[in-house]
Order: sequence, then C-alpha cells, then structure tokens
Amino acid sequence: MAGMEEHPIVQHIPRLRRYARALVGDRHAADDLVQDTLERAWNKYHLWRPGSDLRAWLFAIMHNVFVNQMRSRRLDAEQLMEDPPSPAVRATQLDGIEIADLQRALGQLSLEHREVLMLVAVEEMKYEEIGRALDIPVGTVMSRLSRARERLRQHIDGASQIVPLKVVK
Amino acid sequence: MNKPSEEELHAWVDGELGDARRAEVEGQLAGNEEAAARARRYRSINEALKSLYDPVLDEPVPDRLLDRRRPWTERAGVYAKAAGLVAVGTALGWLAHAFVPLPSGQGVSLARQAAIAYAVYAPEVRHPVEVGADDADHLVRWLSKRLGTDLKCPKLGAYGFSLVGGRLLSGPNGPVAQFMFQDNRGARLTLYVSGQRGDSHQTAFRFSQEDRVSVFYWIDGRYGYALSGEIGREKLLSIANAVYQQLNP
Repeated sequence: MAGMEEHPIVQHIPRLRRYARALVGDRHAADDLVQDTLERAWNKYHLWRPGSDLRAWLFAIMHNVFVNQMRSRRLDAEQLMEDPPSPAVRATQLDGIEIADLQRALGQLSLEHREVLMLVAVEEMKYEEIGRALDIPVGTVMSRLSRARERLRQHIDGASQIVPLKVVK
Repeated sequence: MNKPSEEELHAWVDGELGDARRAEVEGQLAGNEEAAARARRYRSINEALKSLYDPVLDEPVPDRLLDRRRPWTERAGVYAKAAGLVAVGTALGWLAHAFVPLPSGQGVSLARQAAIAYAVYAPEVRHPVEVGADDADHLVRWLSKRLGTDLKCPKLGAYGFSLVGGRLLSGPNGPVAQFMFQDNRGARLTLYVSGQRGDSHQTAFRFSQEDRVSVFYWIDGRYGYALSGEIGREKLLSIANAVYQQLNP
C-alpha cells in the first residue's frame, strides 16, 4: 500500500486539514469537510489536468463543498460564526496577540472574509492562486483581504484597549 | 501622496508588490508611522494565525481520510477481486455480481446494502470501525449529525455483544451509519441505519438471508434499520427486537 500513500492527493491532506480547521474550527467538523472534499476529488481526479496546480484544484473543491454545505445548513453557518474556532495550540499569546482575542475576532468575520484571510495567512497562497481557487477576480481577493484583516486588527486592538480607556475616562 | 492605498498596504505585507512599487510603498511608510504600525500589526496577525493552525500539519491523519479513496461500494469491488476475497471468506460468494458498480438510483434493497457493508467491514481486523467504543458519545453525535437525526446506539450486553464502534458509509440515499458489536468469541453484528427516500412510513420486521449473512430489517419513519450477522435466525430476531425496543422506548 506504500505506493498509494504517495499519491499526490494524499500528500495534500495535512494542508487541507489545516485549512478546514481554520475555516470551521471544530476538529471533527473540519475533518468531515476534508472527507467530503476528498471523496469528490477522488471521483473527479480524471478531470484534473496534469501539470496544473493540484493544490489550487483541491482547495477549489473544498471551497465549493464548504459553500454548498453552508448554503444548505444556514443554521450551522450562523452557529459557526458565533463559535470561535477551537485552539490548535495551548499558548495564550502569539506574536503579541492574545489568542482568545484572535479567536473571538475570527468568529466575527464573515465566511467569505475568513476564507481569503486564511488562504493568505495560513496557506501563504498568492492572491492570484486564491482568485483561482475561489473563482473570484484578484481585485475582489484584495478588497476582501484588506477588509478582513483590518476588521480583525480592530477587534484585537480594540479588545485590549477598551478596558484601559474606560478606566482613564 | 505619502500614504499607500489600503489594498497596496496589504499587498506589501504579503509580498505581492513588484520591486518598483515595493520601494515606493516603503518610502511612503517611512514617513507615515500610523500606516507602518498597522502594517506591522497585519504581519503579526498573519504569523499568529499561522502559528495557531500549523500544529494541525503534525497531527496524524485519521484513517477515515486515508481509507476512503473511493466510495466504499467501489472499494468493496477491489477487495472482492483481490486476495482479500480469501480473508473475507465464503460469505462473499454471492457478492461477486453485487460488486459490479451499482447503477445510481437503482433501488438496492436495504437488506442487501447492509449485508454488503457487513461482509466488507465485519472481517476487518485492524480497522473494523472509524470511531471506537471508547469514544462512543462522540461517535453517536457525529453520526447523528451526518444523518440529520438523533441516533441512539443500542446496548446489547444482555445478549453477550458489546459495542466495537462505528463508521460512516455512503449509501444510495446519502450518509449511512454502521454500528458494530462483537461477542467474546469474536462474532460480529452490525446495525446499519440509512435514510429512506419518499414519505415516512413503517414496516414490520423482515428477514433476508444473503448467503451466510442473516439480516433483519425494518423501516421506521424516514430511516431504515438493518441488523446483520452470521448467527442463527432465532437469536438474531431476539436481538433485533431488543434493538427496536431500545430505539423506540
């Protein structure tokens, strides 16, 4: 079976899991999303053009599965928005940012904004690749990203500033 | 202008600008502390997000993600063709033709689907289930969510069978739950729960013998249930009754 482990799709599974976790937070819900994505990918693999970017293709499939699921399960989507993603690490601070603040702020982002931000920050994809994966123009990637990241910044910095400001007043 | 546009500021943070434009933006940032501070913050957000989710890369990939390269019915065909046939045993004799890929939409009977699923997974030594009995609460929650109903897992200790665990399968009408039980001699039973097409209705118990696999099955509301095992019909019936009563207290 070793040969099958080396299938290019299999090599991308850890990254698909990471992105799914960043999108939906809950570990099992995230793996469900990966599983649905993989089922579709295996079924459609004959449609993938060798030489083209397999990662972008897989992320495009995951995006479609995710959007369809969110569309058919509005309630879940709303619940996801309120439920901040579960922590993957146990530290309380990363790069001077309180993780609790970060997660609360992420929970407030729209799914569209979260997708673009995670592809940039976590997947380190180029704007152009993101445009292809999400099937949107690069300009839209840029406007969503700048709004998403600024909103996140305001939440985080606001969270740590509001309390002292009140005290001062 | 001594200030880059918002989008350019972000593009600079992510290394998306060409050399010339990057130098210009850097010049503008040198004279604009507010924008420079925000750019640093954006960069910290990128790094924090990455550190938050990168540990997922080091987690072992769950079997269920590696195992289902194709829909399970198709894999069953591979198993049947390969030497696995020997391992699965003579129970598969009748399956040779059943494993021709099933035309979608064609009503494969509940009993037969359940018997195929039993024949594929009951002989599994290392991976009979995706989620084990030690995580039974999660198993029931997960399968309930996927099937869109509140599932219950019966307790069959009175008949000498304890829960091994369960897995998610795909059936002709969508997701299917399979719970597996085992007695102290290693005999296994599976309870197969599948959504049914059409109006909700109820049926009496029905019995089907699929080679060596005996199946009692019934439909209750929008779900079909099938209890399968290689045990005598009388014993299977009494267990099926217990299952039914526990699911409908």
